[in-house]
Amino acid sequence: MAPNDMTLSRRGFLAGSGGLVFALTLGVPAEEALAQGASPQAIGAWVRISPDGAIVIRAPAAEMGQGVQTIVPLILAEEMDADWARVQVETAPVAEVFNNPAFRSQFTVASLTVKGYWMPARLAGAQVRRVLVQAAAERWGVAPDAVRTEPSVVIGPSGQRLTYGEIAAFARVPETLPAVQPADLKPVGSFRLLGRDVTRVDMAEKSSGRTQYAADIRLPGMLYATVARSPASGQRVARMNREEVAALPGVTHVLDLGHGVAVVGRSIPQVFAAREALRIEWSGSPPGAAVDSERDKALYLSHLRDPNRRPDVVFSRTGDAPAALQSAARTLTREYVSEYCYHAQMEPMGAVAHVRADGADVWTGTQWQTMAAMKTARITGLPPERVRVHQLMLGGGFGRRAHTEYIDDAVTLSKETGAPVKLLLSRADDLASGRLRPLTAQRVTMGLDSEGRIVALRHVVACEPVTPYMYGAERWRAVEGRDVITMRGSSLPHYTVPNQIAEHIHEMRGARVAAWRGIGCGYTKFALETMVDEIARDLGRDPLAYRIAMAANPRARAVLERVREMSGWPNAREGRHLGAAFAEYGDSLNATVVEISLDRALGRIRVHRLWAAVDVGLPLQPNTIVAQIEGGAIFGVSAALKEEVTIRDGAVVQRNFHDYPILRADVSPEIEVAILRGSDTPTEVGELGLPPVAPAIANAVRGATGKGLYHLPMTPERVRAALAG
Amino acid sequence: MGAFTINGRRVTTDAAADTPLLWVIREELGLTGTKYGCGAAQCGACTVHLNGAAVRSCVTPVSAAEGGTVVTIEGLAEGNGNGPHALIRAWTEEQVAQCGYCQPGQIMAAAALLAATPRPTREQIAEHMAGNLCRCGTYPRVVRAIERAAREA
Ligand code: FES
Ligand code: FES
Repeated sequence: MAPNDMTLSRRGFLAGSGGLVFALTLGVPAEEALAQGASPQAIGAWVRISPDGAIVIRAPAAEMGQGVQTIVPLILAEEMDADWARVQVETAPVAEVFNNPAFRSQFTVASLTVKGYWMPARLAGAQVRRVLVQAAAERWGVAPDAVRTEPSVVIGPSGQRLTYGEIAAFARVPETLPAVQPADLKPVGSFRLLGRDVTRVDMAEKSSGRTQYAADIRLPGMLYATVARSPASGQRVARMNREEVAALPGVTHVLDLGHGVAVVGRSIPQVFAAREALRIEWSGSPPGAAVDSERDKALYLSHLRDPNRRPDVVFSRTGDAPAALQSAARTLTREYVSEYCYHAQMEPMGAVAHVRADGADVWTGTQWQTMAAMKTARITGLPPERVRVHQLMLGGGFGRRAHTEYIDDAVTLSKETGAPVKLLLSRADDLASGRLRPLTAQRVTMGLDSEGRIVALRHVVACEPVTPYMYGAERWRAVEGRDVITMRGSSLPHYTVPNQIAEHIHEMRGARVAAWRGIGCGYTKFALETMVDEIARDLGRDPLAYRIAMAANPRARAVLERVREMSGWPNAREGRHLGAAFAEYGDSLNATVVEISLDRALGRIRVHRLWAAVDVGLPLQPNTIVAQIEGGAIFGVSAALKEEVTIRDGAVVQRNFHDYPILRADVSPEIEVAILRGSDTPTEVGELGLPPVAPAIANAVRGATGKGLYHLPMTPERVRAALAG
Repeated sequence: MGAFTINGRRVTTDAAADTPLLWVIREELGLTGTKYGCGAAQCGACTVHLNGAAVRSCVTPVSAAEGGTVVTIEGLAEGNGNGPHALIRAWTEEQVAQCGYCQPGQIMAAAALLAATPRPTREQIAEHMAGNLCRCGTYPRVVRAIERAAREA
């Protein structure tokens, strides 16, 4: 679809003759939600029913492969009792009515999309259904209670039928939408759509190259741009060979943006070649310019070991861990390190912007549409209603596209040049300006009673918090030093450990840091779950049986027992070793077993098979959940074995996939996933596959060799060193 | 001025001889199904067929296509008169794609495999597909989709 068609189709959507348009405000009490009819405000319309029976439902969140473009509309369709075959999903514009109530923003992070939209989308669907039912009942002169619905049709007491389309031809959306309470919703057992797989709405296009991502947009008179960002945040350009680069073929502008240099020109290859020729000397010594991953690791560890260095904040606490550690029969302390990681989303950052005197259009794939629109208005000085962000599919997000700096640059460049601009980062610049999972050092102490039960846990994490860099100083003050991104997973809520404390040492280094798939759980669970395993094995207990005995609730026990069964635990094939781990992510649970082989001479670990038993509350789309767990697990194996960004003098050293390798198909494990239904509410999925993978691998190695691995990634070099130690 | 055939259509280009074929395909010809991922023959997102062989268009100069035949994902999806390639349907059936960005390259690499080896073993598939990165982790489904297409072809 050409960009201009998108504008048209949106207008068409609003001005379509006849039919019903429902503008529903999610997250406010149903009785307050106002119907806005087909007025211009109906830009926020969620649902439109045409007289021919076609139903359009808008999808409010960012689709990056996790299936929300399908699932959120499907939830609405379920309560509406829509015939899914007649539903067309359209990407929602940026408007308050499409906010995820969990964030009061169109923001797709932390696996909270389905969980956040779940109840409001159901209530909205139920309201639409009620309007249709009332209209039909009125026409027939019967009580609304006397009619029922089948997919897209209302059926009266004597068998009369009116399809939703027929009703749309005569009915009006009332001034005030009927109130619907949670008690009026369908019981889970009578769902027609949810719980059964439908084909994702983006699947056919993605299987034939027709899906549009930011870089696929072409506008007449468009210029191309790329940006060389300062290696560390806050550096400025001291000198550059501007004239030389500006004279290269196809180059139209070389602009100092303050935080970097933009090369603008007539084609991407010309712009990329000119960027390669760019020589920049950076000035200023912001804190980030001193980041050195090699040296900082040692620094963080020294902070953990320093008895006079009190952690900056207590992140969570239950019971009295310090006292319980004092009186424990035995204690064990271990230290862990994890390196900086890069998102490595397959689509490099990019956006197309067209800024004019009377308005601005932006085409991009972002995890934060609301922020993109706000910043576009701020940069252009245009009123917000003159700014349109056309959300496209995201070529991977994983937290990276929650940052919108690449959109700012495209908007700035279009404003400066007066032309539509397509901005695209080369892989090297995408990596150099990556927002990384922070480097961490952790120190964990566990106390055991005389029976070998864990009675106390102290977990200290030393790392750069993500909140200040991502959300700014004001938010950082508001959360009082509690960084939910980096500290996620730092306790053991599903084991009966009565005394726990998790603390954070704030390493304010000024590195560019971000939420990354699994957020804190990617390393906190590595520490906690390898230590639990180590304790079990040292006691001569089976590590899975030990965890099951310690499980604090039936849900945790169920996933552990299920994965034991699936994996044939503890019997491994010849030359293979099994390792297990358990992790929660939000309200979801994952027990994973890996089967590995280990080349002791080379120090090379290979994961051959992986079993995951997950409890995701109420599973809405089983096949999509399996796909997400598979993807998270493979991401996890990749991170556990390979991924490491080195920073020297504030600059990322790696350049591309040759020195930042990610897992390839030839060494990808076979994966089996079992989904357990633990409740009647859908819970987190996207991040859930990753957390137990790294500890399960380390536990398999320790089971096979007696040697522990305490440093992520577990590269051949580190494995060899551990085996020799 | 260069000329070649792409998806059965004859095209000409003014691009300099050393321009990567990828950018001619995407920006000049508007066939945007072929993707940029690394520009360095590392990821496979830009895979197209040149004279029947899978190549990385990001490191293939347009001059290499001179007088030749190029097929992109759009060509495979259209098919040549007898409907889309078996892989296209298999990909939807197995629900392979997540973000989808790598998938055109995956499918083009898979098509080259099946052209040479109509009934590949699982190991042959894994080996052959190792050149195509997928950050979303769709590898198990890529394998299953190729097996399905081989079965159903
Ligand atoms: S873009 Fe050509 S191989 Fe990555
Ligand atoms: S589907 Fe996202 S990179 Fe492969």
